[in-house]
Amino acid sequence: MKSNDVMLHTLTRVVTFIILAFSVYLFFAGHNNPGGGFIGGLMTASALLLMYLGFDMKSMKKALPFNYTSMIAVGLLIAIATGVSSMLFGYPFLTQFFEYYQIPILGETELTTALPFDLGVYLVVVAIALTIILTIAEDDA
Amino acid sequence: MFDILLLICLCLIAVSILACIYRIIKGTSMPDRVIALDTIGINLIAAIAIFSVLLHTRAFFEVILLIGILSFVGTIAFARFIERGVVIERKRDQ
Repeated sequence: MKSNDVMLHTLTRVVTFIILAFSVYLFFAGHNNPGGGFIGGLMTASALLLMYLGFDMKSMKKALPFNYTSMIAVGLLIAIATGVSSMLFGYPFLTQFFEYYQIPILGETELTTALPFDLGVYLVVVAIALTIILTIAEDDA
Repeated sequence: MFDILLLICLCLIAVSILACIYRIIKGTSMPDRVIALDTIGINLIAAIAIFSVLLHTRAFFEVILLIGILSFVGTIAFARFIERGVVIERKRDQ
């Protein structure tokens, strides 16, 4: 049976980008507002899940050629590397630093080492959520 | 005075959620239950908006968008399951 999901496909394409923008906002707002790596990662995972729902596994594999299990390892490595990098300067493990910089477009911005750590959390959450869902979906129904 | 008005609105939303729960329990067909769940999500959005006015805080605004997104994704997943039997297809159109 040929299916025709024009409505679903059009809606999915638009809504996915709105959810991705919201997840990036949540990820960067986490320092001073509600948000952070965990909920931002879950929102990114739900945006990708919406694409998987609207389309099928084969075309999504072509569109997003990521290996989610190695993405877990990359996220953990980033989180550990931010912890170890403070040890190189003689401070204890996971000491965090912050400094104010002038960035061309954003103006004065506070850059912290908590952000790369959060990036690690974000990658791990996205990869684990999608690994669980896709592993369950891949068995023969 | 304004707070009493907001509390009355919350009670009305609670009544509407109860009506949706009745439809979920009684529901004559599966799509009825899915639509009732979706409506509960929308009512929850309204309730959280009223709560954040009541508590004078902006901390819950992300939650509003979050529930909207999650209820949308959930409803689409249920609709796929009812229509096709699978939630994520392996390959479209055979």
